[in-house]
Order: sequence, then C-alpha cells, then structure tokens
Amino acid sequence: MEIFDLTIHELHDKLKAKEVSSVEATRAMLDRIEAVDGQVNAYITVTPEQALVEAEAADRRIAAGDIAPLTGIPMGLKDIFITKGIRTTCGSRILENFVPPYDGTAVAKLKEQGAVIVGKLNQDEFAMGSSNESSYFGPVKNPWNLECTPGGSSGGSAAAIAARTATATLGTDTGGSIRQPASHCSCVGVKPTYGRVSRYGVIAYASSLDQVGPLTRDVTDAALLLGAVAGYDPKDSTSVNTPVPDYLAGLKSGGKGLKIGLPKQYFIEGLDPDVKRAMDEAIALYKSLGAELREVSLPHTEYAVATYYLIATAEASSNLARYDGVRFGHRADEIRGLKEMYAKTRAEGFGSEVKRRIMLGTYALSSGYYDAYYVKAQKVRTLIMQDFLNAFNEVDVLLTPIAPTPPFKIGEKLADPLQMYLSDIFTIPVNLAGTCGISIPAGFSAAGLPIGLQLIGKPFGEATILSTAYAFEQETQWHLKKAPL
Amino acid sequence: MKITRAEVEHVARLARLELTDAELDTFTGQMDGILAYVEKLNALDTDGIVPTSHAVPMENAFRADEPTGSIGVENALANAPQRAESFFRVPKVIE
Repeated sequence: MEIFDLTIHELHDKLKAKEVSSVEATRAMLDRIEAVDGQVNAYITVTPEQALVEAEAADRRIAAGDIAPLTGIPMGLKDIFITKGIRTTCGSRILENFVPPYDGTAVAKLKEQGAVIVGKLNQDEFAMGSSNESSYFGPVKNPWNLECTPGGSSGGSAAAIAARTATATLGTDTGGSIRQPASHCSCVGVKPTYGRVSRYGVIAYASSLDQVGPLTRDVTDAALLLGAVAGYDPKDSTSVNTPVPDYLAGLKSGGKGLKIGLPKQYFIEGLDPDVKRAMDEAIALYKSLGAELREVSLPHTEYAVATYYLIATAEASSNLARYDGVRFGHRADEIRGLKEMYAKTRAEGFGSEVKRRIMLGTYALSSGYYDAYYVKAQKVRTLIMQDFLNAFNEVDVLLTPIAPTPPFKIGEKLADPLQMYLSDIFTIPVNLAGTCGISIPAGFSAAGLPIGLQLIGKPFGEATILSTAYAFEQETQWHLKKAPL
Repeated sequence: MKITRAEVEHVARLARLELTDAELDTFTGQMDGILAYVEKLNALDTDGIVPTSHAVPMENAFRADEPTGSIGVENALANAPQRAESFFRVPKVIE
C-alpha cells in the first residue's frame, strides 16, 4: 500500500500518529502525478511549489497538536473552482491565462482545515459535457481503460481518484457531472441538495442546477469531505441556512428497515445487460440486509433530458455573456470596433459544445420562443419535482443505475450531440428536482469497465444516502479494486 | 425544419458569436434535431402548472446594507486584456 493509495481517513490516521508527514504524502502524490498523468491527462495545472508550502504549514500545525480531518491531505480541484493566485481555466481557451484574485468558499473551507491543493483538474469546457472531450486541454483518459472516456464533466476529478493522483477531489454536478464520472471511474461521488454547498467562487454554468460535491475513494471520505464544505454562506444568495449534520457519525445507521424505491422508468429495455446485472445484485444485497424494496413511479422521467437542455442552456447563455474580452480572459486581435471584439473573442475562445449550448439557450430565450420553450420547460420541471415528492412519501431512498451503459470509447458519441445528451437520463432528474444523489462502485462489465449505483435521497437527505451507501460498501469489495495504472 | 440557417445566423448575432459557414451548417442541422426532440414536451398538458425557476423554496436573501471591502483596482485590472491607467481599455464604442 503506497501513500497515494490511501483514503483521507487512512492518511489522516498516519499523519496524526506521525508515521508520515504531509510533505512526504504531498511529494508522493506529486511524483505519482509525474509518473502517470501523461497517460491520463487528469490535471490542467499542477502546483508543486505551492503544495509543498501548504504541506509544510500543515506539518507545523500537526506538530502543534492541531489536526482537522483534511489537514495535510493532498487534494485536487476541478478547474471550475476559483483559486487565488492559481490559474483557473474552466477547461476553456477563453480563460487559458486567467488567475483569480480570490478563493471561492469551498476552497477557503478546505484551506482553513489545512488541506493541500496539488493542482487543478481537467473537465469539459464550462462543465458542458458527459465525456470530458470538450476540454480545450484535451480529453481525459479513463484509468480503467485508456481508450474510454472517464465520463464528464468532472472527468479529471474522477480519473484522478482512479489513477490515485489525488487523495480526494471536488467536482460540480449540473446534470450528473459528479455522479456519472464517479460511476465510470469506480469512485464515490456525491451531488448534494441544491443550496447545501456554497457556489460562491464556482464558475457558473446553469445557476439553478449547479452544485459542488466530493469525489472520493470510499463513502467515509465522501462524508468527511461533504461535511467540510457544506453549510450556509452569506456570499451565495441561494445557499440554504440549515444545520449540517455530522455525516460521519450517522454512517453506520443504514440498511435495516429502510424503504428503498425502484423507479420503474429507470429499469427499462435497452439498459446494458452488465448494468442490469449489477443493479440486480445490488437489489438482492439490500434485501439481504433487511431493507424493504418496492417499485415506484416517476412518470415524467422521459421528459427530463428535454427539460434540462432548455433550462440549462438558457441559464448558460446568460451566464456566459460575461466572457466578452473586456475585463478578463482572451481577447481577439485585429478588431474593428466593440461588436466585432465580442463576436470574434467568443468565437475564438469557446469550443463547439459551448457554442452549441449558448446558441440553444439564446434561441430558447429569444422573443417569440420564450414561452414555448423556456417557460414550458420550467412547468415540466415542476412536474418532475412533484414526481420525486410523491415517491418520497412512500420510500426513504431511490435506487437506480447512473448511466445506461459502462464507459464508452473516446470519440464514440462526438458526432451526435443528442445521443451524448441522452446518456444523462438517469442523473438529470435529480438536478431538476434539486435533491441529492450519490454514486458508488457496484461492479464491472464483462470488459472490466466500472459500473456505478445511484442512491437518491430527499432534499437535505445526504445523511440517509451516505449511510445507505455505507451499508452497501461494507458488504462489497468493488471500492477496493484498483485501476491497472 | 424547426430552424433555418437564417434563424441560426440571427441567433448567433444575438449571442455575439461569429460563426463560420461550416459551423452555421453544422449547428443548423444539430439544433434542428435537438429542437425536434424537445418538442416532446408539447405532449404534456401544463395548463395551470406553476413554472419552477428554483428548486428550493426561498424568500429574498437580504443582508445589511453596509459597505465591505473590495478586491481593489489593481486586482480588478490584473486580468485585463488591455488597460489604461485604472481603466479597462476597449475599442471605440461610438460608431
């Protein structure tokens, strides 16, 4: 067992017992990045000098008897998180040389605990994608099979966990961007309830859907990291002022007597046979643990993708209006006048997926189409939310697949955006409903590719999905398997 | 056709995006396909349904109207593509 293989809680115990220093752990992680990231491309920016300074500070803190759960732990951040003095690109050419003057709230909370930031992780450009192929900095390879995508948009965050080039990472989830790559890379990923974690200092894609969450090696780490970043933040007007439970303390309460719902719309014809087998095994396991499983209905599921691609693109078209070449980021050369500067700058700075979504969103919000597309989608969103509320009157948790198939090949879906969009059918409804979900490793396909299981909870039911996931993890070995790198 | 090439060109102007001929052709086809797909929402009767703009029920988020620190002029200008003294420099606005 190498230092870079350890979970947060395992490394924390070694740091506390003075068996290893944060500088040693950080050096081991930086060496590991040096050794394997050329194959994976999980990192856009690595920050060795700053990381070692932070590690030395963590060691001084530990020597003084002051150690928090994340003190001295080497972590990576999706490059959507604003980091003071560290280049933050959001996977885009338009922010290729952007160096923020402040830290966002989640990052500040990690730093308060003494976490060590080793670098910024690759992602789909502006978090728009399901395969990490839209990044300006090149695609990320799946550590389980380098010909496959790691999923997206937090592909770098998930691949770094699988490649063991970060002890833990943070990502963001707008339509499944934490849970789907977690599933494809066999790690744990949590999409918290909307408003649970501050979005201050997180580059906006679709503001009513975006949420920050952890990607980790096991459920205990997910509970630790979520607890570290969750909570009310007056700097985010959509942050919810409700107490953060002790997620770690509640982990062992899951399983027996729990009512688990199986939404019939998620177990459809066309589900990959390996995925179906993994779901059947998970269902059988929960039954053996004493949970009560019953079928439920979420009747508007089939409308979720269409609803999402109107609402998310509309919000994105508005959010991305700020990239105009005036105050920060790329500006086109040889321009004659302001309008040309805007249009050329954006043409050069954005990739095709971002342009496509800005175009769709602009169209959905344009005069004459606003009611037909945008308002219609918002009404269907209400129906999708009601589906979840009704289901949660009957059950505590929902169990579903994360993706209809195991990870797909790089390039396989690039020619047909709609096919790529449809692969998010099982994750998108959770964002539209604003509730929470977790992805946990649940097996492998015949070809040896990871398959994840999704547990969906009531709004602010993170403690329940974490304990339910923990019960599964205690009975399985999937999370202990290592990618062949 | 849900959307024509001329409409895509118009949307690109609204979005301040300069698109090449090849991009216009590609986006026209792709947007047409996506818009045809989202038509399925029309199968649902949503009369009387209240639109949701925000998943968590919240009232206004107010804070006390008190001055706080800012990042300062130098930090604000640090990423400027072009600056002049303490201003962002841009091409002439008046045509």
